[in-house]
Amino acid sequence: MTRMEKSADFSRRALLKAGGALVVSIGAPVTFDFAQADAAMSPQTMGVPAMSVAVKPALTPDQLSSYVAVNADGTIAAYFGKMDMGHGIAVAIAQMVAEELDAPFSSVKMFMGDTATSVNQGGASGSTGVQEGGKQMRLAAAEARRVLVEMAADKLGLPADQLEVTDAVVHAKADPQKKVSYRELVGGRYFNVPLAWNGKIGNPLLAPGKAAPKNPKDYRVVGQPIKREDVAPRVFAQLDFCTDVKVPDMVHGRMIRPAVAGAVPVKVDESSIKDIPGAKVVWNQGFLGVVADKEWDAIKAMRQLKVEWSDAKPPFPDQTTAIYDYIRNAPVRKKEVAGKTVGDVEAAFKTAARVIEAEYEWPFQSHASMGPACAVVDIKDDQVSIWTGSQKPHFTRNGVAAILGVPAEKVHAVWIPGPGSYGRNDAGDAVMDAALLAKAVGKPVRLQYMRDQATGWDPKGPASIHRARAAIDASGKVIAYEFMSKGLPRVDVNSNESKPHDTLAGQLTGVALQSGDGFAVPQESYGFDNKLTYWETVAPLLDRGSPLRTSHLRDPVGPQIHFASESFMDEVAAALAMDPVAFRLQYVKDPRDIAVIKAAAEKAGWQSRPSPRKDQIGSKVSGRGFAYVQRGPTRVAIVAEVDVDRSTGKIWARKFTVAHDCGQIINPDGLRHAIEGNVVQGISRTLWEEVKFNSKNVTSVDWLTYPILDITEMPEVIESVLIDRPDIEPSGAGEPSTRPVAAAIANAVFDATGVRIRRVPFSPENVKSALS
Amino acid sequence: MNQSNSLQSYSLNVNGTVHKIEADEDMPLLYALRGDLGLNNPHFGCGLAQCGACTVHVDGQAVRSCITPVSAIGDSKIVTLAGLGTPEKPHPLQTAYIEEQVPQCGYCINGWLMTAAAFLRDKKKPTDDEIKTALEGLKCRCGTHMGILRAVKRASAMMG
Repeated sequence: MTRMEKSADFSRRALLKAGGALVVSIGAPVTFDFAQADAAMSPQTMGVPAMSVAVKPALTPDQLSSYVAVNADGTIAAYFGKMDMGHGIAVAIAQMVAEELDAPFSSVKMFMGDTATSVNQGGASGSTGVQEGGKQMRLAAAEARRVLVEMAADKLGLPADQLEVTDAVVHAKADPQKKVSYRELVGGRYFNVPLAWNGKIGNPLLAPGKAAPKNPKDYRVVGQPIKREDVAPRVFAQLDFCTDVKVPDMVHGRMIRPAVAGAVPVKVDESSIKDIPGAKVVWNQGFLGVVADKEWDAIKAMRQLKVEWSDAKPPFPDQTTAIYDYIRNAPVRKKEVAGKTVGDVEAAFKTAARVIEAEYEWPFQSHASMGPACAVVDIKDDQVSIWTGSQKPHFTRNGVAAILGVPAEKVHAVWIPGPGSYGRNDAGDAVMDAALLAKAVGKPVRLQYMRDQATGWDPKGPASIHRARAAIDASGKVIAYEFMSKGLPRVDVNSNESKPHDTLAGQLTGVALQSGDGFAVPQESYGFDNKLTYWETVAPLLDRGSPLRTSHLRDPVGPQIHFASESFMDEVAAALAMDPVAFRLQYVKDPRDIAVIKAAAEKAGWQSRPSPRKDQIGSKVSGRGFAYVQRGPTRVAIVAEVDVDRSTGKIWARKFTVAHDCGQIINPDGLRHAIEGNVVQGISRTLWEEVKFNSKNVTSVDWLTYPILDITEMPEVIESVLIDRPDIEPSGAGEPSTRPVAAAIANAVFDATGVRIRRVPFSPENVKSALS
Repeated sequence: MNQSNSLQSYSLNVNGTVHKIEADEDMPLLYALRGDLGLNNPHFGCGLAQCGACTVHVDGQAVRSCITPVSAIGDSKIVTLAGLGTPEKPHPLQTAYIEEQVPQCGYCINGWLMTAAAFLRDKKKPTDDEIKTALEGLKCRCGTHMGILRAVKRASAMMG
């Protein structure tokens, strides 16, 4: 089985000597060895470069050894610049590597998210684990196999085309006894093979070798439902989270945030915590934290410290739902026409026999990760070590280097699983705060936020409004469609923390927010004759240190846009008295889209009829709703079946049928689990989640004020139809099935009640009010 | 280093071993387990008894250690997730969790496993609704609820 290897001992050579399966206590003293290339790494002296070397070539994206190595014991080390945040991506990548190498799956050891062992492949990001990261690992593994077979040909004195590989042993096709193993060829040494790197880092990094990957018809490992091996250590409490990292002399930190957003400390009374052992204050402009030797003492110091704050009046609307009028009326900062524009929408609307229009609203939402973010930072002489749950440790390294004023190569970032993720959550702020605390107190600092800071102060998914209209001709045909998103930008702070202005620590120590821009439009293939989709953004509410600053939250801006666009398609179908599935099939053009729509409808036993139902009396009613989306190359269609209690407004999202096409499926078991989680989280965001605030601050600060779906409200059934397309490159599956959930529920509620709800969340209070 | 005058000595029986610690009487048990004893479980999730990530057994009852003062423990026996079972001798819930591949991030599992373990000990063959009610209020942000229910049912079946 594949392991998610720890690499607390940072010597890559030590890891390889130990066969990659080194298990080191996190608490052990750490040593650095960025074993960089020396004379031995460029053995060009004989005219022909050796394909393997004893000393590791530089860890650069253009080296095969940066992705894959054969350990001294014959196991395979795979160095992945992304990470597994819980969707089982480590298994999928190991399958792809094992497949291309013709090595046993159990021999592949995954190393992830460590700047000392992997290049920057973008971290966990945008559902690209397999789509981009896996693509690169597949290419690297294929190249490694090619090189190994070439070496074997030399050793066995046979042409490479007369050789094949079985379980990491290269042998003659004609005579299996003529053989040499990967271990014998290169075990414990490093590939010295250049790759054709495209010069990019992050998600778009691509560095193919000369080898082409396998034909999918020959797959033996890819496509198998192999289980995760990291589940067992989690349930036996043997797997450390970043909250569990301990280093010698470490102290505990806590941050102090203002009661009123934008306020900064003007007076801090350090004597107010003098009775707390080891307690110290760290104060720099708006940045205020405490440390103490023991964690409970740090919490006491945080609570006990007397602070006088500046008078601040953040420009927040005085109630949560006033944000929609703010967005409607605020000047447009940036506008962009996106998606497929067709024909002349304005002209077509002038000829319409009928126009259908609607507007939808989506609130700020929080990552509200299961635990508040945590980070450990240790500054020793000129070396900085950071342990973080951030999705982007390679970028974190740059951010910490910048805020500490040291070169990035002096910073070693190690990703350790954090308490949940789902995008640019509070982890990216915690690590930068911890760096400033550690620098100030001259000791390693472990910082964890408190619950109110995690929910109240993480970057938020943006609030938005969406306006749609459709022109219908006299025959009932849709002749024009226009869709507009207007909202807070999708990224006030970037989706990684490589720049101090993208973090609270940077902003609170004087670096102004540099809000990014951008929103998005629906991704679908409705083939209307005239079509225009565009987005607009408005300026952020507060220019620095805002609890309502925005950034990426699972499927960034996808749920809100497609809640609107797929609700609207349902509204058009209903206005035309058409079955919602039949309506979509009339206009959707892409064959893969058509296939997921049909698959979901068929699996759910969809009966063709228009919505709403009109055959129900009494307070308890049921309905079914449909939605379909694309997300990049991935397509998802979903049927939701809900029960609504009209007397209480309570919705039970009872059954979901999901048809999913992400091209080639690497691991159907992992995919099925990812879809289940996405649907449940999607229900939660639809029914419950809304970051509330007033004119002073965010008021959603815990699980009572930011409720999520409870187990007593979970669906009875989530069924998945996985459409496998082995010949189409695999695309993302980490987020797409989150995207259509809200619209499917909204459409089912309309089917049940005849009432269209156009604002999320569908809490009992909001639903009851909408139904009355 | 200053020594606070309020430090008291406590003996904590955790997973069958007695540990002596010194702590403020109002310090929650969670910080004794994580800080003084160095256990990597349970977890801090909210400090408000709203999520369950810190759950341990105190004399067999599922208790939120984040709000339970260390001074309230006395001679009670504490069992953490690490004491529930081992790879060699797993609790049926641990086996079921692995079989069903339940967790994503896994930070919440102390709450679900420890609460469900106490529940299944007292309630044989519960219905789905009884399981859900017993686990009401526990949080899982990754949305693994479908797997959690499957695993608890599987464990219940294994426990006969």
